[in-house]
Amino acid sequence: MSTARSSQHKAAIRASVAVGIAVSAYGISFGALAVTAGLDIVQTCVLSLLMFSGGSQFAVIGILASGGTAAGVAAIASSTLLGTRNALYAIRMAPVVGGRWPRTLLAAHWTIDESTAVSAAQTTPEGQRAGFWWTGAIIYLGWNLATLIGALIGNLLGDVSQYGLDAAAAAAFLGLIWPRLKSMQPIAVAVGAAVVAALLTPALPPGLPVLAAALVAVVVGLTNWLGPKDPLPAMQQLDLGEDGFP
Amino acid sequence: MTSWQIIILASIAVFALKLAGYLVPPSLLERPRPARIANLMTVALLAALIVVQTLGAGTRIVFDARVPALIVAAGLLAVRAPFIVVVAAAATTAALIRLLT
Repeated sequence: MSTARSSQHKAAIRASVAVGIAVSAYGISFGALAVTAGLDIVQTCVLSLLMFSGGSQFAVIGILASGGTAAGVAAIASSTLLGTRNALYAIRMAPVVGGRWPRTLLAAHWTIDESTAVSAAQTTPEGQRAGFWWTGAIIYLGWNLATLIGALIGNLLGDVSQYGLDAAAAAAFLGLIWPRLKSMQPIAVAVGAAVVAALLTPALPPGLPVLAAALVAVVVGLTNWLGPKDPLPAMQQLDLGEDGFP
Repeated sequence: MTSWQIIILASIAVFALKLAGYLVPPSLLERPRPARIANLMTVALLAALIVVQTLGAGTRIVFDARVPALIVAAGLLAVRAPFIVVVAAAATTAALIRLLT
């Protein structure tokens, strides 16, 4: 029994290390892009330390890059909306890793796509706990170190458009959305949101077209247009597969 | 609004959402609608950010070196290239086009 437990534990740790190292490397892209979007090195690192949610962080720097600090409200709103899925992960993780206050606060901070996915892939409670904490810890360390390295590189590179880093930011968003486009409903939402954002860009201040595009998700989500007739239990929708991004 | 205010406020909001999940009753997850909207929200925002980042120039829509760079990125993602390779290839493509035109 104890052998089985420890082998589960080891399997969870192995998965954590593999996912953690792979994901941490994206932090380099983030750090470089954040600096070229106008943040300084310290601000870039603080953003990774405090926010610790890749999609939301890329949203902040993407909107700052196009609209500057004048688009601050839109940057905050977009990153917050992109973080709503973390609340779902947290609901899922609460019985697994919740506990006393200090532990719950740390668990909340480390509740991201990868820690949830690795944890959910384990079969025993012990493995699920190990998967969550190990993945959270490895990615927190790796993501923040990589952010610093990326910020230093971005600082050396200087002028953005000359090097094509604005295109790199677009590619980063494409990489983040790619593993989520596996069925008709998310694909339709992506296309609809893209059209709304393109049409509204000339009409609204920078940042707002992105927020307006979020309404496409609300409308399709409420009506379940193109969705499965027999809706999946919510948890199955959280399954990220092996190539889920932060 | 300063960069620091944006960083701090956005970080607080993102953390608050994570923490909220530990405080609400788990039965919320049984309802498909909130879960569906949250998942689709991620897709919608990322798609909009791709458009703005690829075609946006302030409040104008322009087609420039970023478009072929994004096509290269899509091709690499289709063959399951690593994230960092995709990002670097897109930057290189756009930089080369700008250098040559």
